Amino acid sequence: MKKIKGLKWVVGLGLAAGMAAVSVAPANAQATLDTVKKRGKVRCGVAPTSPGFSFADDKGVRRGFDIDICRAVSAAVFGDPDKVEHVPLNTNVRFQALQSGEIDILSRQTTWTFSRDNSLGLDFGPVVFYDGQGIMVTSKLGVKSAGELSSAAVCVLPGTTTQQNLEDYFRPRKIKYESVVFENTDEWRNAYFNGRCDALTTDRSDLASVRAIAQDPAAHVILPETISKEPLAPVIRQNDANWKDIVSWSVFALFAAEEMKMTQANVDTFLKSQDPEIQRMMGVNGDLGKMLGLDAKWAYNVIKGVGNYAEVFDRNVGPNTKLGLSRGPNKLWTEGGLLYSPPFR
Amino acid sequence: MRHVAGRATRLFYDLRFRAIFYQVLAVGAVILVGLYLFSNVSRKLAEQNIVTGFDFLWREAGFVISQTLIDYKPTDSYAWALVTGIINTIWVSILGVIFSTLIGLVVGVARLSKNPLLAFLAFLFVEALRNVPLLLYLFFWYALIVTTLPPVREAWEIVPSVFISNSGFTIPSLNWSPAHSVVLGALILGGFLAIFVRRKLIAQRVETGVERVLWPWTALALLVPVALAILIAQPDFAINFPEKGRFRLTGGAHLKPEFTALLIGLTLSAAASNAETIRSGILSVRKGQWEASRSLGLDDRQALRLVVLPQALRVIIPPMTSAYLSLFKNSSLAIAIGYPDLVMVANTTMNQTGQAIEGIAIFMLVYLGLSITISLIMNWYNGRVALKER
Repeated sequence: MKKIKGLKWVVGLGLAAGMAAVSVAPANAQATLDTVKKRGKVRCGVAPTSPGFSFADDKGVRRGFDIDICRAVSAAVFGDPDKVEHVPLNTNVRFQALQSGEIDILSRQTTWTFSRDNSLGLDFGPVVFYDGQGIMVTSKLGVKSAGELSSAAVCVLPGTTTQQNLEDYFRPRKIKYESVVFENTDEWRNAYFNGRCDALTTDRSDLASVRAIAQDPAAHVILPETISKEPLAPVIRQNDANWKDIVSWSVFALFAAEEMKMTQANVDTFLKSQDPEIQRMMGVNGDLGKMLGLDAKWAYNVIKGVGNYAEVFDRNVGPNTKLGLSRGPNKLWTEGGLLYSPPFR
Repeated sequence: MRHVAGRATRLFYDLRFRAIFYQVLAVGAVILVGLYLFSNVSRKLAEQNIVTGFDFLWREAGFVISQTLIDYKPTDSYAWALVTGIINTIWVSILGVIFSTLIGLVVGVARLSKNPLLAFLAFLFVEALRNVPLLLYLFFWYALIVTTLPPVREAWEIVPSVFISNSGFTIPSLNWSPAHSVVLGALILGGFLAIFVRRKLIAQRVETGVERVLWPWTALALLVPVALAILIAQPDFAINFPEKGRFRLTGGAHLKPEFTALLIGLTLSAAASNAETIRSGILSVRKGQWEASRSLGLDDRQALRLVVLPQALRVIIPPMTSAYLSLFKNSSLAIAIGYPDLVMVANTTMNQTGQAIEGIAIFMLVYLGLSITISLIMNWYNGRVALKER
């Protein structure tokens, strides 16, 4: 008996010491830029597998739309787009990873919502992809619209806005449905492909990527209704305004480059441009880079590294890829879309 | 002065005092560390503008839970959603404990069988089930149900109105109402009453030596409360038949594949370890007990039931307690195959509200509380079957 008491005491002390050790390392979130520079890499939270947005290609290199956003930031900071360390994250740990300082940017098809913006201690950068939630069904069901889905089973992912959107859409229309929730995206997709669910719901871009990997993509139709607004944006911690500016303006550089017809291939010719805004953006004139704490040629490096927005879009998700998405609202404001960069001055 | 110092030293060398002193010190240290952690976390969260507190529990949950035992609607609060999840966890755990014990008993006894084929099959069952991680089995059972059974629109109708498909098992059901609950309660009451009556009658028989037929009295004890309940509550026995709708079967009672796969997985893996525990318990009873029973004229089955198993229980109960606890905790793997248990509901809640620390605290507390409850019940039972030294 005495021995056991002694043991308790030791265990108690051990626990205490362990807890203390854990608590000594709080995330010092100040000056992300310094941390990133010291580390030599931008740590970027991404989706584990989401074709078109974040996936490992046959050589094991991570590619995709979300990856290119991280590469743009890396190019702005280091002049090299490849100084990125990818941290694959599930939907339910992504915000904690950012809050705790494990990652510097979250670029993971994350919807900008009021409550996320105002209760998580996080900030959202510019919207990089205007998406909306859609519903996909197998074409042999002959369903033409979401209103016909009464008493259908719908496969959803937890921890996203999709679960609530679905309820918000169906409840006022008095449509009863069965929701089957999966933690893991593979299980979620397979349950739909095997007929456990009649319908699959998530962002339309994501539906396109699920359809792209179906055995017969033509056997699935995405219904016309868009049941929610899903502005996808990179996320950063709230307490570092400078880092937010760096991420935001790296994205704006992509928009501006498309507007100014700069591409990865021709960006060098713009170094000799006579246009004063282009001169400021390219760092030939003025000191925009210094204001961000970056190299004068930061924006040039972004374009040289990843191209303009159109190139990023077309390379990863555009009409010539398996996803085959059209630009939709993700066009420049000059072409009737929503992409708009504040002026570089 | 010297006297006082002497007393202090004597106190210090007093074993009882020392034991208490160290324990107080240890508990104090743990509490201090806990307080430090708590204040540290609160301060850091406030610094990072992260909202804390449990107010979110009363906000509208706004998500559907696909399988519920209690009445839950998306317009209910997060707190109620969590309660629904807790009840789902308890439900699958209780069924798992009951089935795994029964199957474990059968398999454990079969392993000791003199029939080599039966013993070998039982051995195969145990080894196949306890040597593969449960999570893989859950995926396996789930995939088996979902990929081998036909989609719901081509459901097999094995008997009229009983459908089987990859969306589960659908049977006709009653439209459950409070009246039915009354009858069910009466049935349970009648069961207890029947057991009580039977015991009384047997005691009487032992005392007086008069042979009497027992079953009519027992049956009466069981049926009278039920009959009364039916007369008083007047439940509606209209049956709700499942029908094929455009997408799903509507109506009837529905056993979903997520629940089924989880229950099968939990039950079988716990049954395998329970079988081994029960076998070792039986083997721990000395051979002499078997021989003594036989010389009293008991056959093998009677000897097992009346002499060996009660003694084996002493060895069996403590490891079974851990087996039940791990079954209960393993039920949290439900999240992998889409059964809405506590962890899944808490995860959804955390994601929608962003309040991870609170969410994790809630589900850790619930698991801790329920685990301790299981331990207490099992320890009480263990105390009952333990060797009474006289």
